[in-house]
Amino acid sequence: MAQTAEALKTSYQGQMHLLQKDMMGRYFERVTRAAEKGEGKAVYMLISGNPVELIQAFDLIPVYPEIDALQLAVKKSALPFIQKAEELGYSMDNCAYVKADVGLFLGDRKTPFATIPLPALILCNYVGCNVYLQWFEHLAEYCDGHLYNLDIPFLREASGEPSPEDITYVVRQLEEVIEICERLTGKKLDYARLKDIVRRSSETGEMWSRIKGLTKNMPSPFDAYFDSVTMMAPLYCLRGTEEGVRFFETALAEMEEKVRMGTGPLPKERFRFIIEGPPPWPYLRTFRDLFSKWGAVAVASTYSTVGGLWEFGFRHDADHPLESIARHMLQWNVTNRNFLQRYQQLRRYVEEWHADALVIHSVKSCRLFSAGQGDMREYFTKELNVPTLLIESDIEDPRYFSEAQLKNRIDAFFESLEHKKILRSGSDTGGAA
Amino acid sequence: MTTVENMISKYREPLENSPLDLVVDWKDKHPGKKVVGCYPVYTPVELIHAAGMLPVGVIGAGNRLEIAHADSRFQSFICSIVKSTLELGLTDRLKFLDGIVFHSICDPARNLGSVFTRNFPELLVEYIHFPQNMTSPHTIDYLIAEYERLNVSYERLAGNKITDEGLNRSIALYNTQRRLLRELYAIRKAAPQNLSTLECYVLTRIGTLLPPEEHISILEEAIPELRKRNAKPKDRVRVVLEGSFCEQPPIELLEGLEAAGCYILDDDFLIGWRWFSEDISTSGDPLRNIANAYLNQSVYSGVKHDTREPKSKHLIDKYKETGASAVLILAAKFCEPALFDYALYKRALEKEGIPHLCLEFEEKMWIFDKARTEVETFVESMLFD
Ligand code: SF4
Ligand code: SF4
Repeated sequence: MAQTAEALKTSYQGQMHLLQKDMMGRYFERVTRAAEKGEGKAVYMLISGNPVELIQAFDLIPVYPEIDALQLAVKKSALPFIQKAEELGYSMDNCAYVKADVGLFLGDRKTPFATIPLPALILCNYVGCNVYLQWFEHLAEYCDGHLYNLDIPFLREASGEPSPEDITYVVRQLEEVIEICERLTGKKLDYARLKDIVRRSSETGEMWSRIKGLTKNMPSPFDAYFDSVTMMAPLYCLRGTEEGVRFFETALAEMEEKVRMGTGPLPKERFRFIIEGPPPWPYLRTFRDLFSKWGAVAVASTYSTVGGLWEFGFRHDADHPLESIARHMLQWNVTNRNFLQRYQQLRRYVEEWHADALVIHSVKSCRLFSAGQGDMREYFTKELNVPTLLIESDIEDPRYFSEAQLKNRIDAFFESLEHKKILRSGSDTGGAA
Repeated sequence: MTTVENMISKYREPLENSPLDLVVDWKDKHPGKKVVGCYPVYTPVELIHAAGMLPVGVIGAGNRLEIAHADSRFQSFICSIVKSTLELGLTDRLKFLDGIVFHSICDPARNLGSVFTRNFPELLVEYIHFPQNMTSPHTIDYLIAEYERLNVSYERLAGNKITDEGLNRSIALYNTQRRLLRELYAIRKAAPQNLSTLECYVLTRIGTLLPPEEHISILEEAIPELRKRNAKPKDRVRVVLEGSFCEQPPIELLEGLEAAGCYILDDDFLIGWRWFSEDISTSGDPLRNIANAYLNQSVYSGVKHDTREPKSKHLIDKYKETGASAVLILAAKFCEPALFDYALYKRALEKEGIPHLCLEFEEKMWIFDKARTEVETFVESMLFD
C-alpha cells in the first residue's frame, strides 16, 4: 500500500551533494565573470555527446544553454522566457528548452544562478537532436556569432556501429574545431595536455560507470534518475578536470559505503523501475514523490546517458584522444543511437538491473526522446512482458504538468504491480492466491 | 480536353484518395520490378533507379485514411505525416514496397524509420544521414561514402550491379525531369493566371509516383500547351509560399488559398523532388557529382542547415526575384523544423517590411474555412490598404 509522501520523503544530503553545490557554484561564478568582467571566452555547446575535452584543453569556458534552460526550469523561472519567445514567433509546439533559452538570450542574460556570457564560438555538436541545429542557428543569427556545425552521423547501420568513414569525418571536423580554438585563443593546442584531459575523462568514465553499476544492488544505494542528475552536471561541465575526478571519487566512495550499509534513497525499496525520457524539471520534487510514496526507486535511466554512455564499457583513450572523442560523440551516448538501440539499452537495464517495470516519461518538448514511444511500450509489454507505464508531461514547460492526472496513472500502475507481486509471492511459497 | 486538363481530371482524384494506388497498378503491370519508397524530403533517387528499381514518394496518406493504429505509437504532438505513413504500413497498404528510405530531417521521421524496421521486417529500411556541416572540405568524402553504402544495399535488394554508366543515365533522366519541373514553375511564376497551383501541384506530384520517363513525356506535352495559354490576370495578391517541404497540404486547401485571392508564384511543395537549381553533372564520378550537387547546387530548405547563408536571406531573395508582394508561411502542425524556421523568417520579413501571413495546416484536415478566412482577411488588408 502507498504510504504518505511525508513519511517517505527523501532527505539524503551527503558529502557528494555539498561538493557538487560548491563546484557548480564555482563553475557558474566563472561563467558570470566571463559575462560581466570579460574574463575568459565562452564556447556554447550542447550536452549530447559533448566534446568538452577540447574546450578544456584551451581553457575556454564550456557553456551549455541546455543547463541554463534546465536551471531556469528547476528554479521555476522558465515560463516568462518561454512566453517571450512565443511572442517573437516561436510556436507553442516548439521545444521549450530552446524557447526558454532564446527568451533569456535576447534579454540581459541574467538568471538567479549566473549571468550568461555571449559566445566567442557557437559550437553546434549535432549529436542526435535535430533541434540543436536550429537552436544554435538562431542564437548565431541573434548575436551575429561564429557558428560551427560539428556534424555527427547518426548510427544507422544494422551493426549499430559507426563506419570508418564516419569516424574519419568526425576526426577531421574536430581538427577544424581545434584550428578555430587556436585562432580564438591565440594558442597552439598543447597535445600532451589534451591527452591528460582525455585520461582524466577516462578515469571519470570508469568511476561513473562503477557508480551506475552499484544500483544493481538491492536496495539500490541511490535513485538512478533523480539522484543521477546531481552527478550529471559535473560530468558535463567538469569532465577532464582534476576537480571533476575528485568529485567522482567522492561520489563513488559514498555510494559504495551506502551499499555496504545496505541503505538506499528510501527507507524501504519496494519496487525497482527503469525510466526512459527526461525529467519534468519544473516539478521534479513533486514527480519524485509520486514514485517515492510507493517505495519505487529508479535503478537505471536512459536520460543519464545523454551526455555519454559509459556503463557498457566505453572509456576515452588518451593514446588516441581525437578518435576517442569522436567515438564518444558517435556511438557512446543515447542520443546518437537509433531508437531500436534504445529499446535494447532499456532491455539490458530491465534484465541486468533486475527491474520490476519500465516507466516511459514522454515529454512533448523533446521529440528525440518521445517520438514513437508508443511503439516502445508495445515492444516491452507485448514482446517482453514487462509492465510498462507511459505518462506525459514536459521537460521545461510548466504548463504541461498535470499532477492529478499523473498521480492517477502512477497510482493505478503501482497498485496493479503490487497486486501482481502479492500473487507471485503467494505462488512462490506455494500458497494459494 | 487539353493534355493539362486531361491530366488533372485523370490524377486529381487518385492523388486525393490514395496516391500509392498508382504505383500498385504499375507494379502489377511490371512483375518482377522492385519499388523503393522515399519519405520526404530529398532522396538521391538516381541510386535506386540505377539499380533497376523505381523510386516513389511515400508522402503521407492525405485526409482520407482514418488513423486507427498509428496514434497509439506516435503521440498527439507528432505531425500527421509520421502517423499516416505508419498507418499505411500497419494496415498493409505498403505491401507493394520492397524498401523505404528515411532521412535526417527531424527527430520524429528518424524514429519512424526505426519503428518501420521493427514492425516491417520484410521491408528494407534505409536511413540517410545528410551532412549538416556544409563548410568542411571533408564533408563531400563523407557523403560519397554514405552513397556508396546505399549502393551496396540497393544492389543487394535489386540483385543488379549499379554501374557508373547506369548512374549517369539515371542522373541525365532525372535532370530532365527536374529541368522540366523548373520550367513548369517558371511558367507559373511569370504568369500565374496561366497555371493554377492546383495544376502545378498535380503535375509535380505525379512525378513522385510514375516512372520518370512517363512523367517527362507528360510534362513535355503539357509545357508547350501551357505556354500558349493567355489568360487575363485577376486582381490577386502575389505571394511566395514557404514551409510545406515535408508534409503536404490537402489539394482542396491549395485551391482554397488561391480562391481566397492569392496567386502563388513559388512554393516549396515536394521540394525534395525539385532539389537542384541546375543539372547534376554527368561527366566524371557520378557519386561525387550527386554528393557535390547536394552540397553546392541544392535549394535551401528547413531541413538543411547551411551556415554559409541564412535561410531567411534565401526567402527574401525569392520574394524579390519573383516580384511577390507578400510571403505566406504554410507550416505543418507540429513540424518542428518549419515552426522553428518561422521565428527567423518572421524577424527577417519584419525587418524588411515584407507583409506575411503564417498558417498551420495538417494533411488530415477536412475543413478549410478558417484558413480561407484568414487568407481573405490578409488579402483584403493588402489590396485595400
Ligand atoms: S529536442 Fe530534446 S535534446 Fe533537443 S534541444 Fe529539445 S530537449 Fe534538448
Ligand atoms: S512534417 Fe516536419 S516534423 Fe513531420 S516528419 Fe516532416 S519534417 Fe519532420
